Amino acid sequence: MSFTLYPTDALFLIIVASGTAYFTYLRRDAQLRAQWRQVLVNPLGASAAVVLSLYLAIGLCDSVRVTRGNEILSLLDIIAAPLRTQVEMTYSAPFASTGFVMESSYAADGSLHRDFPRLRYGGALLSDPASQRAGDLVQRLFAGVALGALGSGAIYWLLGGWRRDAGGAHRGSLPRGRSCWPWLVLAGVGMGAGVLTTVAPYYHVFGTDKVGMDVLYQTLKSIRTGLVIGTVTTLISLPLAIGLGLAAGYFRGWVDDCVQYLYTTLSSVPGVLLVAAAALSLDAYMARHTASLTSLEARADLKLLGLCVVLGATGWTSLCRLLRAEVLKLSAVDFVTAARALGVSPMMILFRHLLPNTLHLVVITTVLDFSGLVLAEAVLTYIDIGVDPSMNSWGNMINSARLDLAREPLVWWSLFAAFSSMFVLVLAANLFADVVRDAFDPRLHE
Amino acid sequence: MLLSSALRVVSADVTPWNNPYPADNAAKSILYSVFQERPKHLDPVSSYSENEAVFTGQIYEPPLQYHFLKRPYELIPLTATAVPEAQYFDARGKRLPDATDEQAVAKVIYRITLRPGITFAPHPAFARRPDGSYYYHALSPEITQRAFTLNAFPETGTRELIADDYVYEIKRLAHPHLHSPVASFLGKYITGLNALARELRHRTYGKAEFIDLRAFDLLGARVIDRYTFEITLSKPYPQFVYWLAMSFFAPVPWEADAFYSQPGMAEHNLTLEWYPVGTGPYVLNENNPNRRMVLRRNPNFHLETYPDAGEPSDGAHGWLAQAGQRLPFIDEVHFMLEKEDIPEWNKFQQGYYDTSGIAPDGFDQAIRVGPTGQPELTDTMRAHDVRLAITTQPSLNYIGFNMLDPVVGGNDRRARLLRRALSIAFDTEELISIFGNGRGIPAQGPIPPGIFGFKEAEAGVNPLVYDWRQGRAVRKSLDQARHYLAQAGYPGGRDPASGKPLVLYFDAATTGPDLKSQFSWYRKQFEKLGLELVVRSTDYNRFQEKMHKGDAQIYSWGWNADYPDPENFLFLLYGPNGKVRHQGENASNYANPAYDALFQRMRVLPNGAERQRIIDQMVALVREDSPWIWGFHPQAFTLYHQWVGNAKPNLLARNSLKYRTVDPVLRAVKRREWNPPRLWPLLLVLIAAVVSIVPAVLVYRRRRYATAL
Amino acid sequence: MTAYLIRRLCYVLPILIGVNLITFVLFFVVNSPDDMARMHLGERRVTQAAVDKWKEEHDYARPLFWNANVDGTARVTDTIFYRRSIELFLFKFGQSDDGRDIGYDIRQRMGPSLAIALPVLMVELLVTVTLGLLVAVLRGTYFDRWIALVCVALMSVSGLFYIVGAQYLIAKLLRIVPISGFTPGLAAAKFVALPIAVQVLAALGANVRWYRTVFLEEIEKEYVRTAWAKGLSESAVMTRHVLRNALLPLITAIVVTLPSLFLGSLITESFFAIPGLGSYTIDALQSQDFAIVRSMVFLGAVLYIVGLLLTDIAYAWADPRLRFGEA
Repeated sequence: MSFTLYPTDALFLIIVASGTAYFTYLRRDAQLRAQWRQVLVNPLGASAAVVLSLYLAIGLCDSVRVTRGNEILSLLDIIAAPLRTQVEMTYSAPFASTGFVMESSYAADGSLHRDFPRLRYGGALLSDPASQRAGDLVQRLFAGVALGALGSGAIYWLLGGWRRDAGGAHRGSLPRGRSCWPWLVLAGVGMGAGVLTTVAPYYHVFGTDKVGMDVLYQTLKSIRTGLVIGTVTTLISLPLAIGLGLAAGYFRGWVDDCVQYLYTTLSSVPGVLLVAAAALSLDAYMARHTASLTSLEARADLKLLGLCVVLGATGWTSLCRLLRAEVLKLSAVDFVTAARALGVSPMMILFRHLLPNTLHLVVITTVLDFSGLVLAEAVLTYIDIGVDPSMNSWGNMINSARLDLAREPLVWWSLFAAFSSMFVLVLAANLFADVVRDAFDPRLHE
Repeated sequence: MLLSSALRVVSADVTPWNNPYPADNAAKSILYSVFQERPKHLDPVSSYSENEAVFTGQIYEPPLQYHFLKRPYELIPLTATAVPEAQYFDARGKRLPDATDEQAVAKVIYRITLRPGITFAPHPAFARRPDGSYYYHALSPEITQRAFTLNAFPETGTRELIADDYVYEIKRLAHPHLHSPVASFLGKYITGLNALARELRHRTYGKAEFIDLRAFDLLGARVIDRYTFEITLSKPYPQFVYWLAMSFFAPVPWEADAFYSQPGMAEHNLTLEWYPVGTGPYVLNENNPNRRMVLRRNPNFHLETYPDAGEPSDGAHGWLAQAGQRLPFIDEVHFMLEKEDIPEWNKFQQGYYDTSGIAPDGFDQAIRVGPTGQPELTDTMRAHDVRLAITTQPSLNYIGFNMLDPVVGGNDRRARLLRRALSIAFDTEELISIFGNGRGIPAQGPIPPGIFGFKEAEAGVNPLVYDWRQGRAVRKSLDQARHYLAQAGYPGGRDPASGKPLVLYFDAATTGPDLKSQFSWYRKQFEKLGLELVVRSTDYNRFQEKMHKGDAQIYSWGWNADYPDPENFLFLLYGPNGKVRHQGENASNYANPAYDALFQRMRVLPNGAERQRIIDQMVALVREDSPWIWGFHPQAFTLYHQWVGNAKPNLLARNSLKYRTVDPVLRAVKRREWNPPRLWPLLLVLIAAVVSIVPAVLVYRRRRYATAL
Repeated sequence: MTAYLIRRLCYVLPILIGVNLITFVLFFVVNSPDDMARMHLGERRVTQAAVDKWKEEHDYARPLFWNANVDGTARVTDTIFYRRSIELFLFKFGQSDDGRDIGYDIRQRMGPSLAIALPVLMVELLVTVTLGLLVAVLRGTYFDRWIALVCVALMSVSGLFYIVGAQYLIAKLLRIVPISGFTPGLAAAKFVALPIAVQVLAALGANVRWYRTVFLEEIEKEYVRTAWAKGLSESAVMTRHVLRNALLPLITAIVVTLPSLFLGSLITESFFAIPGLGSYTIDALQSQDFAIVRSMVFLGAVLYIVGLLLTDIAYAWADPRLRFGEA
């Protein structure tokens, strides 16, 4: 058993690590700490944070890979092994115990019968599904809820929700607002997870797709793709935006002219077209230069990285513009002029004085861009320039499930699973972004 | 009766909201169909694809055609007076009775005589002034600059079809700028074609102007008199006569070539690829690949009548009702652009398309398997009185092994056993049922049903993969496959060299999201034997390149019959057709001298007991060697509405639209009946929106009241 | 004013050259003409001779930037970059990789794209400005908060969902409009109604939020407070002051969206089989037709820049200092 690291895994882990580093760093900075506290005190912000951390945890699990025998599995693959391996013949509805499509079978006497076949795994432990299924499901539901309640209670306790001193002031590591919403969301998420652990190994919670793959498993696997696109892209665009934006604002003159020229030119090409053109070029390039990679997964991963690079290289302009303007404003402020007069080196000024004072812009833009990127993945994949077709992603799920809509009775679960899991993530990200902006945007505090 | 038909007309006047066509088209004799992709080539010399034949088949007329109703497929004359007989001559010019002694034959002559009085459809290329000169053969740049469609040339003319036009087209096959896909193949047979190609290449190098091919001689195609021409082959090719029913041999008037070759025309898409000119029942009236393509009745179409004899059951289907009547029946055929299956399928259900193949995902909705195991229409479909036509296509989809590959290839015992084991494990029946909704029959060998040499039932079963039990073929057990695998030296699927599962590679071109599930299904088949299958998917062109270099290991491939002769399938395994060494169609590079010898004898024999005997031997040989997992013969399920007549599927006749009928009045009535709009949910939404504004207004008023205070 | 505009125009030229350079790098340097030829000739075994022939036929058989084989200025002009760029500047798009006249196709497809784009623009303005004003008026109430939440929810739904859902619900289940297709003339209304509705709905959340911010910013300004204090009615304040002063940011926003409107919504058009520029681009992307994609990128950039110029003019016109030539 050994670990395998794909490029996007590495970058994703780096991002998570630097995120953690950022939060460690902000322990020292009273103002930042207060701002983040304000985010987490807000019921919406805290609820969104709970949901986001769940997605993040799943994405992380899916980014740590070990080699077992001759297959490469992520931690998520191992945890969700029942979902991965319990493959039916073809479509089955959520929680079903029989198939969705009638099948003919030959009896011993050679006569032909046509019936809904029993599923190989879904509800397989029931001897008579018609009478037992509902009862069994309810039983598992209760067990799951109980488990979830216990689990989230434990987390609550770990984070110090119950610890308070005599004055009633809060001492845990999580800030405590007046609202109980975040805790309700935590409890809800926990119970949902609990129900999944008790039900999912025995039923297909989101049904199965055309070749009998569990839709829940695909949905879980898609989370990582969405997160990688949302975050790795930022990792690529941030250095460009920060470096060029600060330089342009601080040095002015020809540097400013060049940077302005660069971003005006880039942003004058309509976004989708530029991304599409770049992705198309990159795609054609990779098709010729990566043929040596026999592993489908490695190639798909490289393509994902390529997509992130393209999105990042084309998406830095708006932040750059904001930063430049902000630095222009700040350069006139006393502490910068003073520093300059004292002969502090420009690099020092840029990174010690200007960068921290524009960081709020970076944080706001990053969080705002994230949800847009997650949504963009689906659209790009639909027009064939997104992630590799072999990769689990919401775009691919929607793309292949679109055809299901023509079936009758309707096969709705794949589409539902993809859209709803994407919706929850994006909604949480959007709400979080709102709260972050409220907390960080100085204009709103005037 | 009178009253009811009057009512029908009245009710047909009100067009449903979702009718995608203009309301006044409802009563016209128009057939509505679809196209998914712009047909790239409408020039008969370069058009080869199925989606192009839909158009070229109606516009051009080669000398021969397939009988619309008769089965097995039968060649009948179209513009010719008779189906030509091959005349064999030896080196000294002496006539030979047949081609059984292939070496003795030095040339083969087909003499074709045309029916007089056939004229081309109106076209500006033929337009002449009273003094006989052509209107549009010497256009000034100002005119071509403003011309974007043929409408820029209002004058049209016509001319009688003569033997020259056919010979002209055969010469065009050799034209280096026209890139005919069959030039190199036919060059092997038609005398002098390659020589002409060389000469033309020399003459046209670096030039794009019009070359009048009438000035060049081609030994293999000569005009005898106004209505007669001869085609000469340098070696026997009994199946050549089928080529005379393909559009490659359709007439092209030199005027068209001269017209389109003028400078500035090609830049504005004014080419024969875009605006064809022929003698067929329809002309391409509108060619807008962004939206629709319209075929309209050719006013000059010669007299041709509906056949009066067919298969015994044809009368019961109503397919003989129009016997003896003049073709074509429908005035216009509108092909609408539909890139996606779903809208197409939905519009068919709403009555806006007249026929439809069934999209795989609409299948359950349309078809169910009846008590006898036969597919039949669902109740919804029956309620709409939709008709179903099922035909097994003369084609084969198979999984091939590259015989040049060191692991799965080669003709030693190990490799043969390995391939045999895989043939058993690969559950074609499940493949058909999951990915084709049961639309296909498992293949027992290379020859599909309906083609001479195919054997039904027990006599046709491949004994290496199936057992015949209780009147049906049953796939052999996995144990048998494992047994073969162990004998091949891979017990339990393990490679003795590494001790790990044997890794095999499947090479494929990724084309869509649906393939992902198919690949995972393939992997499952190999896992059953403990083998590991790695899918190496690349883009289409790279995949082709791999096939050409012989770098592929296992691949999936298909073949559609060009003509209904077993030669067209058995040649796919003929050694000298190997893909890597000879750039042929033998994608597996299979080469077995015994098979090749039998093939050479088989191809020149007429259908009969002797030919069947040789074919049986050949099939037995390739079953033994298993260069392919035989795969399946796909079945086409075509649905058509009650108002469409003469929809008998004919998979070889490309020109079947002229036989089709349509009842527009009945169609209009049914469309109205099926498409009443449902408005109430929208009204509900509207009401909800209005209601939700009420509290806002209340708040606003309260606030104003407060500020006023 | 004129001097200002001329200065702006001069600024545009290097940007166009830059755009050209970007597309050139993407389409000729990352993928050389040789690669393109191989891609398109893929069916048969590709020899270098065949590649050269394809390049000859498609006018790619020149060096990229510098032609050392000729003399004089031809060293620069007889190159792919020079020829292809100059052609683009003159709006000569040439032929697509499968031999179609791109300029003709673009002209043909402009109509359907505009038939969707213009109504979308108008309906969107009407709906979102109304809602934005309404929300701005009701700021701070539960209605405002509720709308804000709905907006975030609307923003969080994938655009694909709107299209797939609307097509299924309105066209298939309720049978109110045709499922897909297009026809020229007035009859197009029934084909474009649903795509228009879908596009407006998909952008609704983000738009309403944005307009709300714009209007609120205005409302909080000094002069509005003065107007309030003077006792003007709410509706008078809103229409006469707030809306009028918010016009400039509004115009900017509209102008910036013009090119994307004109180029058509890529996805919507291809879902509803509208033969516009959007589906043209998608088809080109899917068939990897570099010539078309390159033309569309350039066209989009030109439109954007024209839009920027228009905004400048609008600002200049609105700003008296500029109008009277002081600056």
